[in-house]
Amino acid sequence: MSDNKPLVDVRDLKQYFPVKSGLLNKLTLKAVDGVSFTIDKGETLGLVGESGCGKTTVGRTLLHLYKPTAGEVWFDGKLVTDKNIGEFRKDMQIVFQDPYSSLNPRMTVSDIIGEPLDIHHLYANKKERADRIAELLTLVGLNSEHANRYAHEFSGGQRQRIGIARALAVNPRFIVCDEPVSALDVSIQAQIVNTFEELQQKLGIAYLFIAHDLLVVQHMSRRIAVMYLGKIVEIGPAADIINNPIHPYSQSLISAIPMPDPEAARHKHRIVLEGDVPSPLHMPKGCPFRTRCRYATDACAESCPSLTDRGEGRQVACHLM
Amino acid sequence: MSNVPLLQVRNLHTSFYTDAGEVRAVNGISYNLDRGKVLGIVGESGSGKSVSAYSVMRILTDTGRVTEGQVLFNGEDVLKYTPQQMQAFRGSRISMIFQDPMTCLNPVFTVGSQLREAIRIHTDRTKEQIQARALEMLQLVGVNEPEKRLKQYPHELSGGMRQRVMIAMALACEPDILIADEPTTALDVTIQAQILELMQSLQKKLGMAIIMITHDLGVIADICDEIIVMYAGKVCERGTADEIFYNPRHEYTKGLIRSIPRITERHEKLIPIAGTPVDLLNLPAGCAFASRCDCAMKICLKEQPQEIWVNDSHIAACWNNVKRMAEASEEMRPYE
Ligand SMILES: Nc1ncnc2c1ncn2[C@@H]1O[C@H](COP(=O)(O)OP(=O)(O)OP(=O)(O)O)[C@@H](O)[C@H]1O
Ligand SMILES: Nc1ncnc2c1ncn2[C@@H]1O[C@H](COP(=O)(O)OP(=O)(O)O)[C@@H](O)[C@H]1O
Ligand code: SF4
Ligand code: SF4
Ligand SMILES: [Mg+2]
Ligand SMILES: [Mg+2]
Repeated sequence: MSDNKPLVDVRDLKQYFPVKSGLLNKLTLKAVDGVSFTIDKGETLGLVGESGCGKTTVGRTLLHLYKPTAGEVWFDGKLVTDKNIGEFRKDMQIVFQDPYSSLNPRMTVSDIIGEPLDIHHLYANKKERADRIAELLTLVGLNSEHANRYAHEFSGGQRQRIGIARALAVNPRFIVCDEPVSALDVSIQAQIVNTFEELQQKLGIAYLFIAHDLLVVQHMSRRIAVMYLGKIVEIGPAADIINNPIHPYSQSLISAIPMPDPEAARHKHRIVLEGDVPSPLHMPKGCPFRTRCRYATDACAESCPSLTDRGEGRQVACHLM
Repeated sequence: MSNVPLLQVRNLHTSFYTDAGEVRAVNGISYNLDRGKVLGIVGESGSGKSVSAYSVMRILTDTGRVTEGQVLFNGEDVLKYTPQQMQAFRGSRISMIFQDPMTCLNPVFTVGSQLREAIRIHTDRTKEQIQARALEMLQLVGVNEPEKRLKQYPHELSGGMRQRVMIAMALACEPDILIADEPTTALDVTIQAQILELMQSLQKKLGMAIIMITHDLGVIADICDEIIVMYAGKVCERGTADEIFYNPRHEYTKGLIRSIPRITERHEKLIPIAGTPVDLLNLPAGCAFASRCDCAMKICLKEQPQEIWVNDSHIAACWNNVKRMAEASEEMRPYE
């Protein structure tokens, strides 16, 4: 396999959910509507956007936790299908947002981390299993003595580490991190972010890093994709997206980051968006951002802009910019 | 106008009496709040931010009690108010908004009936005037199609809109002080920006004071005149935003500020604060941060650091400052 092939290649991925409204009315909720991106080996792609825009659904559909409505997912040059997904389970893992609810409080830490080892038969005997669990705990900055304690005995940051150790148990090459630090205090958040980065350097794991804290995302990611209502509206190198966003939605998103720096806060010009995100059930015709965009023209109501290349690895979906 | 600050909190202590023992959530905090100012309270989860606010509002749960201290509003001790006085005080002088708007909104009543009720209790307006005021409040907080919203139930609104309805209810009686406990933590940055902008403009328009509780240092830097940093129920440091961010004088504040990711330092490693939060059931004799502090000295384990004035708008409670001062004074001693 040549090395310049992306590890993960997502092509025109769609996830539509049927929803009932009223008695007879069936509507389609287009949670993810034609999303494409690639992630290289050992790379982090950040995924940002308002809540409900489809970030989690992208992550879950990509892992075939939801059957894709349409589109393709290629992993390491092979097409992932419903039939062969089992072969890829070991390589593609997920870490969830909420360290409080994603772990079963009645399981011990060694049960939680050992479960994927059991499922994939990754040890020859009991001792090997215990050694591997101890190794994983050390890897994520916990203590091997923690193995026999229950998840509810741990703090939020420690639970998040248990979740990461569980994902790492099967030696994945790619992890979807869905808001892995959003529920944590900044000082604890810094510990977990460092853990993710150290693991990437040590083990060469690629991440799809979903978060709404843009400061954390830009710190973690080489490239960032900005989503709005089920579509990627801009994707490119992290520094370029943060310093010079092109899409009007990215511009307002970046300008809204609360800067932990009084001097920067004084000089910042916030672009405050009017109104709320439209419901994905009643998507506006044309550009999905049209109802809140200060540049919108008649042309924007007619057709939906597609992602076009703007050079230097950047793509933007806007008629005007 | 008198020179008495609008709100003075003096040496406030609050504990919860639980089966496991006395949880000492607030351990002697003091601050002043002037009319029209924004005071920020930051600190990690469990540091006593919310409990200190609940103590001022006197809305602690049954197991909680203020064990010491004073809360002076225009010089009067709120902790000595009768329940009737307290109810009047809460409605008209001070209001509170929360992270989860559903703690204030009742899912089975329309937005209109709840907003009208909030107005009715605290004013003697006619029915028509109340309705007009309700509409006006929704417009003030930037809710679109206010007539329609009045007839809707809370679950029919988006998160940002519910937050605004809650703010409208809190402001309906034009309080002198608004306490906002993580008002934007559950919201997206773009909606958060809308709500912060709204709070700032209302604060200017109505001249009220705001106590903003959050663990988001970005929000704090953005809108606060003065900042209190809390740790284990105490004030470690108090000062203007510039002093806290550019000249922190408590080791916990320094660690907190070091740990935030910054746009310019993309490739550098983040610097977390090691260790775990202190157990409020067993507070140490000395500085509560000592077990996590790289600079801890012998005295830090034995004695609690006193609040020291760094300058006339900056206070820190850390032995390091005393050491620094002692070193400085050593230099000043006459040469023998
Ligand atoms: N009803 C209660 N009974 C017992 N302990 C309580 C109660 N309410 C709060 N505490 C404790 O008091 C301490 C301070 O809690 P508080 O809610 O003020 O923290 P906070 O700083 O607001 O944290 P967060 O950022 O998580 O909101 C915590 O240790 C908490 O567990
Ligand atoms: N299982 C599901 N059934 C129906 N709708 C869903 C389901 N999961 C998510 N959605 C909807 O799809 C949209 C995108 O959701 P999600 O991916 O969770 O957003 P995000 O992670 O960006 O906050 C939302 O409107 C959400 O309500
Ligand atoms: S296509 Fe039009 S409405 Fe959409 S973002 Fe661009 S300018 Fe705004
Ligand atoms: S008083 Fe001592 S232990 Fe506490 S923060 Fe200051 S130096 Fe550290
Ligand atoms: Mg999500
Ligand atoms: Mg709180």
